Amino acid sequence: MMAAARKVACVEIGGIPIALSTCDDGFLDLLRRRYDGFLSASRPEFELEFDLTRPLPVSDDDVRVRREGDEWLLERGDFRARWNLRTGRGSVRQNANPYSLDSVLRILHSLIVAGRGGFLLHAASAICRAPSASFGASFNGRAYLFSGVSGAGKTTMTRLAPPDITLLTDEISYLRPGPDGYSAFGTPFAGELAKAGENCTAPVAALFFLEQGPVNRVDELSPTEAVRRLMRNILFFAEDQALVEMLLATACDFVARVPIRRLTFYPDARVWDLVRDFDPSFDRKFEPALDRNLDRAFAHNLQEVPKRA
Amino acid sequence: MPENCIYIARSSTIAARALAGEMMIMNSADSTFFTLNEVATAIFQAADGRTPLREIVRDRICEQFDVDPEQAQADAEQFVTELSGHGILLVSNQPLAPEAPR
Repeated sequence: MMAAARKVACVEIGGIPIALSTCDDGFLDLLRRRYDGFLSASRPEFELEFDLTRPLPVSDDDVRVRREGDEWLLERGDFRARWNLRTGRGSVRQNANPYSLDSVLRILHSLIVAGRGGFLLHAASAICRAPSASFGASFNGRAYLFSGVSGAGKTTMTRLAPPDITLLTDEISYLRPGPDGYSAFGTPFAGELAKAGENCTAPVAALFFLEQGPVNRVDELSPTEAVRRLMRNILFFAEDQALVEMLLATACDFVARVPIRRLTFYPDARVWDLVRDFDPSFDRKFEPALDRNLDRAFAHNLQEVPKRA
Repeated sequence: MPENCIYIARSSTIAARALAGEMMIMNSADSTFFTLNEVATAIFQAADGRTPLREIVRDRICEQFDVDPEQAQADAEQFVTELSGHGILLVSNQPLAPEAPR
């Protein structure tokens, strides 16, 4: 008996095209609809074959991501995937649930982009086009990121956005380094807004960690506090020392190159005036604050960094 | 060997970076994240598995920071115990061989 022919959709997120193949017409249709704005004619860098299982509920279990030689193994109650680092090919067994599909793609992208000095961040992001003196409107848009724990206001910020901003995502931002800083890419990974971001990119102007409060204000964060918050919101899943090493180095580089602030905001549209007026000129100095008369000699603090798929 | 001789070494499961005078440490095994101040960083950086903790405190802490030696030793032991509990440092009463990265 001949095996059914595989049909392919190439989905390009973060500038990384991945060929997703399946024998199931219904699943191919789901793929194409879900990633409609991200379908690509580019030559795929990676390939992922999907084989469908019987329907299973989306799992609340923790995802397990581990490396065995050249292969990454991704497992949760509702999917099981293998991906070979060397060949760039992998396979997934899951049901036709789109949330399982999103989870597999997010994890795969988090592994791929980590090796290229980038990361996926729990953050909404949008491109603001600043007024231009010459033409009234500029084409040099800059991306602003809004990160925080669930409920901090990522979706609220996107709902309050003025009509001339371009939404990159209300949930998962995609960040990659370039010669002049970091760029943010739109993603199809939606949060409460239930709307995919635009498939475009812009250099990052600033990252704001959100907190809601009675007034709108922007406050500085120390470099270590910025790294701590960043690590808390970066998507990574693997208990892998080399990967953690790479992500910590990336987080430090990001903090050194991108303005990072705490944005306390009252949820109305005026907060966007503050974002537009934010001065992106950046002069962070990593001079240690010397304090040789410490109350307690070995002050330190500890936090858990949760893993979320 | 004195009874209270303690040797400390950095675990191979951690990632560490210095930034703005503080050391940031992440344990890949359980995703805990530490920041250490300047004094704690000096201890952490000297944790080579071969130098006794008392010598580290004497040469790296009391020489460079304005702290009482006995208090510094007590704080160092408490700090080392806490970090070893989180898998950041390995502690032994004998010299430790460096762990090969996993």
